Amino acid sequence: MTEIVKARNVSMKFKAVDALTDVSLDVAPGEQVALLGHNGAGKTTLFRIMLGFIKPTAGSISIAGFAPGSNEARRIVSYLPEQVAFPKMLTGREVVRFYARLKGAPLDDVQSVLAKVDLVDAADRRVETYSKGMRQRLGLAQALVGKPALLLLDEPTSGLDPLSRQHFYELIADVARQGGSVLLSSHGLSELEAKTDRVAILRNGRLVANGPLAALQDEANLPVRIRVRAAATAIDKVHAEIGGGRINGASVELFCARGEKMRILSKISGLGAKVEDVDVAAPTLDEVYRHFSKIGVDEALRGTL
Amino acid sequence: MHGVLTIAATEIRIGLRNRWIILSSMILLAFALILVLLGSAPGGEVKTDAVTVVVASLSTLSVYLVPLIALLLSFDAIAGEIDRGTLQLVLASPVSRGAVLVGKFLGHVAVLGIAVSFGYGIAGIVTYLANGGGELGALIGVGRLIVTSIILGATFIAIGYIASASVRQTGTAAALAIAIWLFAVVLYDLALLGGLLASQDGFFASEVFPWLLVLNPADAFRLYNMSAIDAAAVGSNLGGGAGSALPISGLATMASPVIWAGMALGLSTFILKRIRP
Ligand SMILES: Nc1ncnc2c1ncn2[C@@H]1O[C@H](COP(=O)(O)OP(=O)(O)OP(=O)(O)O)[C@@H](O)[C@H]1O
Ligand SMILES: [Mg+2]
Repeated sequence: MTEIVKARNVSMKFKAVDALTDVSLDVAPGEQVALLGHNGAGKTTLFRIMLGFIKPTAGSISIAGFAPGSNEARRIVSYLPEQVAFPKMLTGREVVRFYARLKGAPLDDVQSVLAKVDLVDAADRRVETYSKGMRQRLGLAQALVGKPALLLLDEPTSGLDPLSRQHFYELIADVARQGGSVLLSSHGLSELEAKTDRVAILRNGRLVANGPLAALQDEANLPVRIRVRAAATAIDKVHAEIGGGRINGASVELFCARGEKMRILSKISGLGAKVEDVDVAAPTLDEVYRHFSKIGVDEALRGTL
Repeated sequence: MHGVLTIAATEIRIGLRNRWIILSSMILLAFALILVLLGSAPGGEVKTDAVTVVVASLSTLSVYLVPLIALLLSFDAIAGEIDRGTLQLVLASPVSRGAVLVGKFLGHVAVLGIAVSFGYGIAGIVTYLANGGGELGALIGVGRLIVTSIILGATFIAIGYIASASVRQTGTAAALAIAIWLFAVVLYDLALLGGLLASQDGFFASEVFPWLLVLNPADAFRLYNMSAIDAAAVGSNLGGGAGSALPISGLATMASPVIWAGMALGLSTFILKRIRP
């Protein structure tokens, strides 16, 4: 299967700033990839390269085999910039129709994408009357029109409430089901709600992780937290049996590797009535993300020591 | 082609919605009606057709107002759209950058054209009727004024795109647009006048000055309109005074704004193609 995005060792240097260093990233047709990174990690820069707005200082990139920004590439790509202010005086429908015409999409598409982003009722109102979330959804409608083979969405869920965000991921899944590829950027894993096939994490312009969420969780191998509440008088015995640290007089907290979890849990259940309650917490997505975001720092530290 | 028309139509729609068209029509009409009132004040001696007198004063008005309106219309076209993020969307679509600029140009010229036609058209008809009709031929003068004003406006719209495409901030583009206006319609003429006064041997006045006059699209516009309405009947003016020494005359004078518009469009397309949004 030919990749729709194929980036090989892409580097981008702005005078003193290394915005991207040696980034290689593929996106297959029908695949949804999330591009994560802190502020200034290089997400928007990578999008601008894929659109052909700027040329990478090193490496190569192709969009369905074509050069970024070429007529062929522009015909299959849709973009949602991180910030866009549509003409206030136009209605939502007029805005979407405008981009549909520019893309040569059938005008029937306009009504259907407006319905998809839930803007039909507001479609004939001026954009100036829209709320922030409605403007964001209008931006998304504009990107969806014309059934692009590749959607490049720069922070599409910023400003969306949790319900709209969930609705957004359903829309994206729909696009992917019809064979379209989606590359979207975001600031954290928790925002993604585990909705994309693959996660790529940029840190200071370098790709520090690239794989399915489950694989990243395995790779990070963060400890599982187990919290045990002991019965009234049994706290010392429980502590002696399973170790860990004591917290607030009645509980014991310990961390173990994921492989260890079941062994420790069975030990705890062996304690019978001495244990009142057990709480097991797998590492949160934010912790996994923080782990990968820090990798670069650790390496840098190791280098200087 | 599809993209060009879409972009042009949207510019016109925005011009209508944000009251640009109605506002500039009103400004032109207000100034024009003031001139009509002033023009009819002397009363008694009506050798020249009243409409022709008004057309003459309106073409002087056009030299100042039309470039200003044109530049105000165009300075935001590229810098502003980059700021708002909409240019990125347009450039990401399959429309070529040249087509984007031509589309905007057609749209903006149409916006200016509607405003000028309304403003001057109504003023012309009012004058015609207020003076109890008269020769219909005088109305042709109004039509000529409208058409040439639109050409003059198109020139400054294209020049405004150069300003808008060469800077990243809308504020800077606005300042640049005002500077262009000030230079082209005020300072340039003052400098020419100074040159005339300073040159003793008459070489400047006879050989250089006429060319410099035609070189400026605003002056070329004035020259053409003055020559077309028989300047002698209306009185002396900067263009009329040099009329005999002009290197080119009649309709050919209008080649100056047309060539300027073409060059400015070419240059702004060139700059737009190099923009990295
Ligand atoms: N035109 C430019 N000139 C100089 N430096 C630039 C330019 N564009 C981007 N950079 C730098 O490149 C780095 C990456 O910027 P980029 O906008 O790609 O970050 P980002 O990941 O999108 O951040 P955010 O989450 O804040 O949007 C930053 O350090 C930024 O300052
Ligand atoms: Mg960004």
